[in-house]
Formats: sequence, structure tokens, C-alpha cells
Amino acid sequence: MSSVDKVKEKYDEWVREFLIPTLRKVPEWRKFVSSFGTEIKPLYTPLDLKGDYLEKLGFPGEYPFTRGIYPTMYRSRLWTFREYSGFGSPEDTNKRYKFLISQGQTGLSVAFDLPTQLGLDPDHELAYPEVGKVGVSIPEVVSMGILFDGIDIGKITTSFTINATAAEILSMYIAVAESRGISKAALDGTIQNDILKEFIARNLYIYPPLHSMRYAVDIIAYTAKNMPKWHPISISGYHFREAGATAVQEVAFTLADAIEYTNWVINRWKMNVDDFAPGLSFFFAATTNLFEEIAKFRAARRLYAKIMKERFGAKKLESMKMKFHVQTSGAALTAQQPEVNLIRTTIQALAAVLGGAQSLHVNAYDEALALPTERSVKLALRVQQVIAYESGVVDSIDPLGGSYYIEWLTDTIEEEVMKIIDYVDKLGGMTKAVEIGYPQRAIAESAYQYQKMVEEGKIAVIGVNMFREEEELHIELHKVDPVSRERSIRRIREVRENRDKEAWGRALDELRRAADKEDENIFPYILNAVKARATIGEISGTLREVWGEYKPPSIF
Amino acid sequence: MPRPKVIIAKLGLDGHDRGAKVIARALAEAGFEVVYTGIRQTPSQVVETAIQEDAKLIGISILSGSHLELVGELMRIMKERGLNIPVLVGGIIPPEDRDALLKMGVAGVYGPGTPLREIIDIVKKLTGVS
Repeated sequence: MSSVDKVKEKYDEWVREFLIPTLRKVPEWRKFVSSFGTEIKPLYTPLDLKGDYLEKLGFPGEYPFTRGIYPTMYRSRLWTFREYSGFGSPEDTNKRYKFLISQGQTGLSVAFDLPTQLGLDPDHELAYPEVGKVGVSIPEVVSMGILFDGIDIGKITTSFTINATAAEILSMYIAVAESRGISKAALDGTIQNDILKEFIARNLYIYPPLHSMRYAVDIIAYTAKNMPKWHPISISGYHFREAGATAVQEVAFTLADAIEYTNWVINRWKMNVDDFAPGLSFFFAATTNLFEEIAKFRAARRLYAKIMKERFGAKKLESMKMKFHVQTSGAALTAQQPEVNLIRTTIQALAAVLGGAQSLHVNAYDEALALPTERSVKLALRVQQVIAYESGVVDSIDPLGGSYYIEWLTDTIEEEVMKIIDYVDKLGGMTKAVEIGYPQRAIAESAYQYQKMVEEGKIAVIGVNMFREEEELHIELHKVDPVSRERSIRRIREVRENRDKEAWGRALDELRRAADKEDENIFPYILNAVKARATIGEISGTLREVWGEYKPPSIF
Repeated sequence: MPRPKVIIAKLGLDGHDRGAKVIARALAEAGFEVVYTGIRQTPSQVVETAIQEDAKLIGISILSGSHLELVGELMRIMKERGLNIPVLVGGIIPPEDRDALLKMGVAGVYGPGTPLREIIDIVKKLTGVS
């Protein structure tokens, strides 16, 4: 009798003689299911392990990277502590960055206001009420310089959550760096530049899908040749999850997007996959479902490696490594009893670290009510520091690898994800799937089902459907200084007045012509316009004239 | 008798539409005729839609922090156009802004964690459905 058969025999005996009789006396207090509907057994054993260790898990830094993308993981270098932050004017945000750095933050992450993200100048009628609200207003290159005043951009890595205007923002950053004698090739950081997920869930798009894809892919091709350390895209599942997707949908739509971008770069620019894939990076959510999230990260990493190797024929290991940033789930925060959110975010951050993340943002406990205060964001950073320096979870690489439950969850998520990817393939890829509204509808359905389960008490939310309190809230909340907006508007008017009008006009004319020519890379023309001090509204206004604007159907 | 028509609108540039869509669907399943405007609506667009559709209530969703200015503008235009129907606001609204919104004449403010049945009940009450 093999050892597996012996375990099987003992397992059956345990179920018969121990589990069932006990359940008769003490029944389970609820149904145990995953977020994607799979039933969870009371116990996992070696009987649930499928396949060969070397093939499925292997070693960190080696294909298929299930156990991590680096051979030493957090023992050589911790993940980057990167709190997403931005509000008001660049002066306000610069002060917050310096505060965060002084508190031990190791990377920056810029939150832009809605006008900057949608290519509208702050004095535009639609922009005005939104200036500086959800992020910082950066409508021209002078503001970008102020944002990084006194910060060594040759050293620190910065992530920019910017999509429909990613090229304008990257151009401003390059221009600021060059003005300080730092070449663009030396810059290290990330622009989100993931327009597909904007159409699916985040909703900050400008141009129609095909023009938007050209814009995104042109940036990838440009940085692959000119900025070897730069990550020109952060392919994002975070926003799917926040919009209501399950863990499986989150990974599946993210990988389907990765496939779409990779196909686009190869087809449009005739590039070899190994020439640009090392620059691709990812972004996921971490909810409070600890083990499921850990398994999700491991499954995503293994599946991506397989896709790059088998589907795209990548040869370089760097092309197969899924580097990812994690943000704790904003949708999991409650406005009720907000301090309880600190406990949630600690568990969520732990999931990211045990899942092998390269970079992490922990939400502040007050973010279901407003943007974070200095105090609340500092506590969020401290959550990361306690995990990194006190908890011991970094001591050994992929410490939950080999757990019967974690490995079963990893396998199950991978299988479920593949079903959705196969379906998207049948639809003809993600751009087509988005055009017919498939992922949008699937996510809206999950969001509605989730809400119903919360209402029915099938999903517990402390303070909302359990242990509710009818008590007034007394916490200090962040406020955006109204003076910031006037400062932004005054500055953009100065920029418009004091620039070389001829060079500015010429740059926008050239941009217009390039936009109309399918085979031109649009990025150098945007860079040129930014250097000529064209504003974000003028640049995207020019592109809007040529490409038009996307008007989505309003389905719910 | 068919249930009254209600408008669910995303005001301003904010793209967070999970809440708006969930509310729209819950109200539709509760029997209301729901017009969801989609994202990036201006106050005047919302008022025009409400007038054209002969709606009995407007539900606004904003998570961008610009609720005071945009809802203020909405209420002003409604008055100007003689549209006198209840307005509910949902989203990320700090407690002190809640009072300011109520003072503007908003009928109710509902933050994250509000049960759907509470929303359905208030919409029923405000539109005279027993």
C-alpha cells in the first residue's frame, strides 16, 4: 500500500468515525464557500495535492514562480511601502510626500485629481468643482516640478495612477528630470496606463477603445526602447475587485487584459515579446479573506508565467515574472466604526505580503468617509512596518507554500481563471469583450449578488450587518484647502501667458498630424508638446478633435 | 399600477459607479421604473433628464468629494426650472457635509453600508408608494 493510499484509508476513517459523529452533535454554524462559489471542505490533506512539486511550485526566482519572483524575496529587500496619496495643489501634496518619506515610506504613489485624469484644465467648466479633490492637480509641467520639489527623482521610485492622460504625465516627469540633469533612461517607476480596465470598471477614459489602445501601446513601445527601468503599464485587477468582481474574475480579466496588450504591442510594433514584457507590471486588491487572497496572488503569478512562456514564447525569465503592487480593498472599508478598518487592513496587508507582493499600499481607516489625514495615513504606513519588522512573516520565503489548503486554493483559482480566459479568447480578446460589455456585465452581476449576500447576512461585515452601533461619529477628517484650486488656476494662466507661442503652436500642430497617421508612435509628439508647455487640456483636446470621445451605454 | 419613475445619476467626473448600479438594480427589482444616466453628468443634464422623464425622485451618487458644489448647483437649477421632486444623495460624504446637504433641501443622505431595503423604503415613502 502506497503512503497516499494509507492517508486515504485513514482520512475516510476519520470522516466516518470522528467528523460525522461530531457534526451530528455540533453542527457547523454556517456554510463555508469561497468568494467565487466553490465549497470549502473542513480539512485539506496530502490527498488534495495535485501534480509534481518541481513542476507546480519549484523554487523562488524560477519558473513558474509560484513561490515568488526573486530567489531571496523579502530577506534581501522588503516590498516597497508605497502609500497612494495626492490632494489639492502640488505644494500641498509635496508636503505630504516629504512627511511620508520622513516616516519611513520607501516609494511614492501619485493620486491625481479627476480633471488631470480626464485631460481637462482646472479652469474648464466641468473641471472646476473637482480640482484637487480626489488627488493633486497637475495640468502642466511647472506643477510637476513643484510636486517633486526637494525629492530625488533619480533615486526614489514613483508610481503614477494615470491612464487616459498617461503620456502627458510621463512626459512632464521626463521634462522635470531632464531639467535636473537626470536622463529619462535613469528613471524608475510606473505609470498605470491600463485603459482597458477604465472601460471595464474605473471609467476614466477619454477616446474610443481602439484609439485608446493605440495611445497605451505606443507608450509601451517607446519606453521599452528608451527607458529600460520604467514600467509603462500596471495591468490592474484592483478596480475590477472594487467594482464587485470575485477573486477569480479579478485575476481572469487582468490576465486577459495582459494578453490583449501583449498581442497589440507584438502586432502593432512588430516587437519581440522579450523586448517589452519585462516592463509589464500588475496591480491587485487584497480583501480580508486571508487565505483566498494569498492563493489568488500565487495562482496569478504561476498562470502569468505559463501564458508568457507557452502562449507568447517568451525566452527571458524576466518576461515571465509577474511583478505586482497591492492595495488593500477600499470597498471593504466601513464608514461605521471606522477604527475597525485598521484591523481589516492589517489582515489584508498580511495577505499581500504572504502572497509575495513587490509593493504595497495600505488604506487609511477613515477612507470610507474622506481622503486620509496625516495621522490616519501614518497609521496605515505603520501597519506595513509592523508586518515587515515585527511579525516575522518575512523570515522565510512563501511560508504558506505546501499548505494543503493554500495549494488546493491556488490550483482551484487557477482552474477557474482559465475557464474565463478561454471564454474571452472565444470572444476574440478583451477589446472585443469590452465592446460587447461582457466583463462589465459580469462584474455588475457579482456586485449585486455580493450586496444581496451582505443584506441576507451570508457575508459578515462587522459594524454593518453585525454588531451595529447607533453612535455619532467623532473623528477628525481631511479637508482640501479651497485656496489650492485658485493656486492651480493662477499657475496654469501664467504658464499659458509666458510660453513661446510659436513653439507651442507648432508642437500641437505636429501632434494633430501624428494622431491622424496610424503608423506614427504618438508618444514623442506628446513629449514635445509638454516641453513646449502645452497644458493637459490642450494636448488631450487636440487628440479629442482627431480621435473623438467615447460615449458608453448606461447599463446596470 | 406601475411604480413611479426615478432617476439614478452620477454627478460630476467621478467614475465610481458600483453603488449607483446596485441601487438602480435594487429599485428596478422593487418595481420602480429606473432611468440610470450613466457617469459624468452635469447638474443641468440631470435636471433635464428628470423633466423629460417626468421622474418623481432623483438619486445622486458622488464619491469624489465635490458633492457640496455639484448638489448645490443641482438644487439651484431645479428651483430655477420649477422642478420640485425629492433628491437623495449617496456616496463618500463626511458627517458635517451631510448636514450642509440637508440644509440645501436634500431629502436624505446615505453613505456606505446602508441596507438596500432602507433605500427602497425611503424611495417608496418619498414617491408616495404604500
